[in-house]
Amino acid sequence: MKLLTCPLNGQRNISEFTYGGEYHPMPDPNTTDSRAWAEHVFFHDNAAGVVTEWWCHTASSFWFLAERNTITDKVIRTFDTSEIFNERVDFKVPDAAEKQS
Amino acid sequence: MPFGLLKYGLNSEYPGKHHFTPATELKRHYDVVIIGAGGHGTAIAYNLAKYHGITNVAVLEKSYLGGGNTARNTAVIRSNYLTEEGVNFYRESVKLFNNLSNEFNYNVMMESRGQLTLAHSDAAIRSFRWRAEVNQHMGVRSELIDRQTIAEMVPNLNMSEDSRYPIMAGLWHADGATARHDAVAWGYAKGACDRGVELHQLTEVEDIEITQGRVTAVKTNRGRVECGAVVQAVAGASSVVAKKAGIALPIHCYPLQAMVTQPYKPILTPHISSPHVHVYVHQTSRGEFVIGGGSDPYPLYHTRATLDQRETLAAASMELFPFLAQARMLRQWAGTTDMTPDYSPIMGLSPVENYYLDAGWGTWGFKATPICGVTMAELVATKKVPDLIKPFELERFYRYDQINEAGATAASH
Repeated sequence: MKLLTCPLNGQRNISEFTYGGEYHPMPDPNTTDSRAWAEHVFFHDNAAGVVTEWWCHTASSFWFLAERNTITDKVIRTFDTSEIFNERVDFKVPDAAEKQS
Repeated sequence: MPFGLLKYGLNSEYPGKHHFTPATELKRHYDVVIIGAGGHGTAIAYNLAKYHGITNVAVLEKSYLGGGNTARNTAVIRSNYLTEEGVNFYRESVKLFNNLSNEFNYNVMMESRGQLTLAHSDAAIRSFRWRAEVNQHMGVRSELIDRQTIAEMVPNLNMSEDSRYPIMAGLWHADGATARHDAVAWGYAKGACDRGVELHQLTEVEDIEITQGRVTAVKTNRGRVECGAVVQAVAGASSVVAKKAGIALPIHCYPLQAMVTQPYKPILTPHISSPHVHVYVHQTSRGEFVIGGGSDPYPLYHTRATLDQRETLAAASMELFPFLAQARMLRQWAGTTDMTPDYSPIMGLSPVENYYLDAGWGTWGFKATPICGVTMAELVATKKVPDLIKPFELERFYRYDQINEAGATAASH
């Protein structure tokens, strides 16, 4: 059975976790055109090698990041999101969207 | 017949011929280079040579003929999809499959035993009615059948109302079939090589040269090859190969696992699929039960088999066929599936001129092999996108115009 180390809950069975997709920074919705937005939404790296990705410990709803090798299926490390997100992310409706409506 | 056998037995040299002669030296230039010698790659080469007179073609394969997902799929052929685009495309593919042995003069062991998809909920019955209506409207044999008909059709199926998810109805698809997947690739490769196409195995494409937006050459581990056009048909490695041409694809690769039991006497005629318990089962002509449909829960390029999936598939197949509890497993394996966001393939033009894509084949690649060969060869030969594959172009994602194929294999939903 494969194990994954949750930064909050420690080592748990991987069946307790949900895969959450590749980590890739969101472009600024105010300056991104429709084509670039499609790339952000649909076109992912799908790299064969080490990738950074989102995981969630389902039982505690705790989201974190992991570095994993997609060829060997070895998890290199898991870490708290604060390593990357060190300031508040504001999810308000972008100005560009308000102008459209 | 006995004399024929005796002649074989007493002959000092086995009189059988090799299917085809693999090419030895790589030429400096080919009109068309096809990356990947699976069913799709060889089908494209075959159609180019036979119907378009383009024979200066090389099929480059990093491993061996039909050794990737062509050998790893569960050989199911059907056309009961849900979208108009999907049904049209696969209906033509099933037609071609039905005549494939004649086309090759080579037996692909096509067996049209039908396919039955099971509904375990009211929601599933509603969606099956929708699918049956769409299918019938488009000339595909597909109908909703009740419990009694199912019980008569598949006497060994567990029809108990006390099971966890009792079977409520079924979607019967008389056109459903299986064929020997290896033979499909071999038949295409033989037909292509007989007409002058070169198959180069153990030849890996390492880089793709692009000059002014056009592909001009590919670099392989055996040297550089100039080419007039390139087709990539490398399901399971589509993102990796496309990246060499600077093309990003909306694909994530997930392993799909399957397993096969010891052989039994013939007791199961149709292919049985249950989207609800996430499993599909059919009995091969050799008698083995092929049990498939376990997608791994996260992306991976590794084709290892896991205990988790074995447990899941075993539990689900035993719910449908309790006698399988006694079965011994012979093999368990995985293939890498190119999952697209809308469960439809990505075929046709790419952002690079004369570089053609045949990708995103998820769990629906083997059944598309013949029609893919026809349409992609037509595209390469005429540079016009055939109507049948126009909806599957990569550009659809930029237009937010996906083809949501909810009739794709049970495993991935």
